[in-house]
Amino acid sequence: MIREYQTISEIASPLMMVKDVEGVTYDELAEIELPNGEKRRCKVLEVDGDVAVVQLFESAQGINLAGSKVRFLGHPLQLGVSEDMLGRVFNGMGEPIDGGPAILPEKYEDINGLPMNPSARAYPAEFIQTGVSTIDGLNTLVRGQKLPIFSCSGLPHAALAAQIARQARVLGTDESFAVVFAAIGITFEESEYFINDFRRTGAIDRTVVFSNLANDPAVERISTPRMALTAAEYLAFEKDMHVLVILTDITNYAEALREVSAAKKEVPGRRGYPGYMYTDLATLYERAGRRIGKKGSITMIPILTMPEDDKTHPIPDLTGYITEGQIILSRELHRKGIVPPVDVLPSLSRLKDKGVGEGRTREDHAGTMNQLFSAYASGKEAKELMTILGEAALSETDKKFAQFADEFEKRYVNQGNQTNRSIIETLDLGWELLSLLPRSELKRVKVEQIEKYMPKKAEE
Amino acid sequence: MSGTITKVSGPLVVATGLADANVSDVVRVGSQRLIGEILQMKGDSASIQVYEETSGLGPGAQVETTGTPLSVELGPGLLTNIYDGIQRPLTEIRDATGDTIARGVEVASLNRKKVWDFTATAKKGDVVRPGDVLGTVQETSAILHKIMVPNGVAGVVQSISNGRYTVDETVAVVKDDKGADHQVSMMQKWPVRVARPYKHKYMPSRPMNSGQRVIDTLFPIAKGGTAAVPGPFGSGKTVVQHQLAKWSDVDIVVYIGCGERGNEMTDVLMEFPELKDPRSGESLMQRTVLIANTSDMPVAAREASIYTGITIAEYFRDMGYDVAVLADSTSRWAEALREMSGRLEEMPGEEGYPAYLASRLAQYYERAGVVECLGTDSRQGSITAIGAVSPPGGDTSEPVSQSTMRIVKVFWGLDSSLAYARHFPAINWLTSYSLYVDTLKDWYDSQFPGFMALRDKAMAILQEEESLNEIVKLVGRDSLSEADQMTLETAKMLREDFLQQNAFVDEDAYSSYDKQFRLLGLIIKYDELCREAMAKGAGLDGLFAIGAREKIGRAKMVAPDAYADAYGKIEEEMKSQIQKLTAGGEDQ
Repeated sequence: MIREYQTISEIASPLMMVKDVEGVTYDELAEIELPNGEKRRCKVLEVDGDVAVVQLFESAQGINLAGSKVRFLGHPLQLGVSEDMLGRVFNGMGEPIDGGPAILPEKYEDINGLPMNPSARAYPAEFIQTGVSTIDGLNTLVRGQKLPIFSCSGLPHAALAAQIARQARVLGTDESFAVVFAAIGITFEESEYFINDFRRTGAIDRTVVFSNLANDPAVERISTPRMALTAAEYLAFEKDMHVLVILTDITNYAEALREVSAAKKEVPGRRGYPGYMYTDLATLYERAGRRIGKKGSITMIPILTMPEDDKTHPIPDLTGYITEGQIILSRELHRKGIVPPVDVLPSLSRLKDKGVGEGRTREDHAGTMNQLFSAYASGKEAKELMTILGEAALSETDKKFAQFADEFEKRYVNQGNQTNRSIIETLDLGWELLSLLPRSELKRVKVEQIEKYMPKKAEE
Repeated sequence: MSGTITKVSGPLVVATGLADANVSDVVRVGSQRLIGEILQMKGDSASIQVYEETSGLGPGAQVETTGTPLSVELGPGLLTNIYDGIQRPLTEIRDATGDTIARGVEVASLNRKKVWDFTATAKKGDVVRPGDVLGTVQETSAILHKIMVPNGVAGVVQSISNGRYTVDETVAVVKDDKGADHQVSMMQKWPVRVARPYKHKYMPSRPMNSGQRVIDTLFPIAKGGTAAVPGPFGSGKTVVQHQLAKWSDVDIVVYIGCGERGNEMTDVLMEFPELKDPRSGESLMQRTVLIANTSDMPVAAREASIYTGITIAEYFRDMGYDVAVLADSTSRWAEALREMSGRLEEMPGEEGYPAYLASRLAQYYERAGVVECLGTDSRQGSITAIGAVSPPGGDTSEPVSQSTMRIVKVFWGLDSSLAYARHFPAINWLTSYSLYVDTLKDWYDSQFPGFMALRDKAMAILQEEESLNEIVKLVGRDSLSEADQMTLETAKMLREDFLQQNAFVDEDAYSSYDKQFRLLGLIIKYDELCREAMAKGAGLDGLFAIGAREKIGRAKMVAPDAYADAYGKIEEEMKSQIQKLTAGGEDQ
């Protein structure tokens, strides 16, 4: 049943009130037809008796209270999915914008998806080699993980994400990733950077792009990542593909959420963001994962820029509570010219323990990982002390740690955007660096492994 | 009794025509029969929180009240199960609807088809009261499930017999003093928001052995106690909770994943059946009930999940068991409360949380404790409640942390700087506290004489390290006296060789009291021997470089069956090496 109303009583962008409605349901999709025939989409946020509060996905400009019609479509916002989406570019509402033909959908899916049953999840444990030492060696990514990049404005997070998308593969297989890329309120240049990189490597044929650029309507950003994830779920769980989803930039998404919440006059939580932002972000991030008995997987790399470089800002804070770790970029390392500027200590991958070790990477992986972390932490502490008191105040051990920290940054972290290191290279480099330290300090690696892997010459 | 929806706003639905419904009644909403609960009544209109996604619901749809408050089913079949926040079995939902959770699924909480072997312990003619044990069911290989007389039933047993029954079949008939017959089955129902009754509550006096050195030695928790684990993301809250769920010496563990990650629940589901209880040797899953309301599942059911969990815990407590309830995370529960409160347009308190946040938290934690259960055999049971708190930005000045800290007796404060240095568990020894140290002292003194003295000494050294570090930052380490440098060294050993514990290495994941006691003793002994040697003129560098030091550093990794011998050897070695140094010192 399609019902059409000419009873718009109030518009305060992005919200609109429609009176005297009947049979309208919560979360239903609707269409507004302007007097000039232009159509825009919106959805129902609240129905109270015969009044519906409707949220516009586009601008309210030009809507005329008397002459515009609202048509309720009887279903929530959906995306028509098909394998033909690969290689195509869509706008934030899922309409093709690359000049190609319309997609003939195999079926329509509600973009909100359904929560995954925890007992149907398969625990992610397959090691993904990204070729980036700071990720593979220290913050290992596994298939089905959601691992965000916390960046700051002006840092090269796009280069790192593109590098991961380009180099990522699972050892021992040739299966390549399908990529679903959602540009959420980013600039044309940043979006083009990704698309050019996909084009250059040929990945574009296996990529679905959803693009909401900075000059596109802000409210549309709320549906853009959901469109992308609906496409990803279809490709992963129905077409058995391994999908890498890149969402950039979540900060813009959260701001759009705040905009709608403010328009609805809701009681704000921290910094004006709605109190339900945690739940809302979770319904995005939790769509990553693996399912028992399904071949495909969704691995997610959301990118967000931390306002004022502040990790405790609600957006990175809530994200960190939901995602399985985070890769944090540091302005200080960027200034030092280290590429990629991954701030190793606060970065974390929660799923690394099941993805590393014998049979997946190498038996010494877990031990060296912990040893490198704690050695780098001690080294940074020693260097801090050195800046206050001078080098002379350091003990011999501390001096070695300080030297280790420098070498670690220069060689391990600073690998450039084009180097693709295998996990074995990464692990061996780790041992080489550890050989700078006295053996009695290496408590986190097993003695047998020191014998086996430590480069002999350096030790003597 | 049914009403009609007039308003839908997210999980909040308002319906009229429900004048006869009670506040807190469970209702079925719309044609999909979504589950909801009445929060407020105004005239004949009710505000309802719906436990499922309300998309597609609109004015005009029917609402039907069930006339009963939100309840859980209690009986055999709870253990090893995984439920959502309103006790729907997730594995059975999966069989019914596939990988995702569709709406309006109706699956009984306890499997009605499964047959259990009931062994009667009461006999015909016995006079029974609520809480008396009628019989038992071996529910899992680890747990004997006691079938108790439900509340409100008392009288003479008319008939009872051994046999194989499903949970809703009658196993006994009890005639009360008015002559009415009560059919008793193995299943009871209990409203989740009401605490189950008991006879007396006692002060906790026994420690809960968690196998975690920093907890058992420095900040112990008592059985029947309450604890909070606050920390920023990435500081290891969930790992601490998982470790407690794995190694605590309780009979039953109820683990509530409240608004957290789906994969964490999967991890528990996959790992627990494989792990063995170090005491009984049984698989850990045999004693565990999981409640999973992950962050992408409907927010209203998250609010209910901690009550569902603690009610199940109380039921096992009533059988005389020690139960641990782990809630990860109470902050997400509070956020669910905040969201519903906002939709009800209540006046917000601090940071948008409702004004009743603190009292609700207190009510929850107060359901923990050591009690004498109902029933004539005066058995005792306990509930230990441990809640993770996820303060925004790790700043515990926010309302949920503050309200929690006012209630709980143990505070394990997690620290991001420790986590960055991969010091795990990242429990900060300076900010954490346990108010049970004094009450548990008697137990420690009787079981491990000297343990508490070692603990106090270790705490003092760690405290002193903090103030010495301030000086080191200003003037450097060399300007400290030798005694102070020794303190720094011992503190470092305490931190690295004792407090750090690797949850992912089998030998280290669980430490018995004895192992903790001996390991701590070894480090303190080293400190004492060094100080003696220093008095006799031995140099610090030599003392720090003895071979036994590195062995102490690796001592925690010694297997549970070998540590006693190994530690003895290390101590001998240490003594002789230090002896040599003093002898050498005197020669010079």
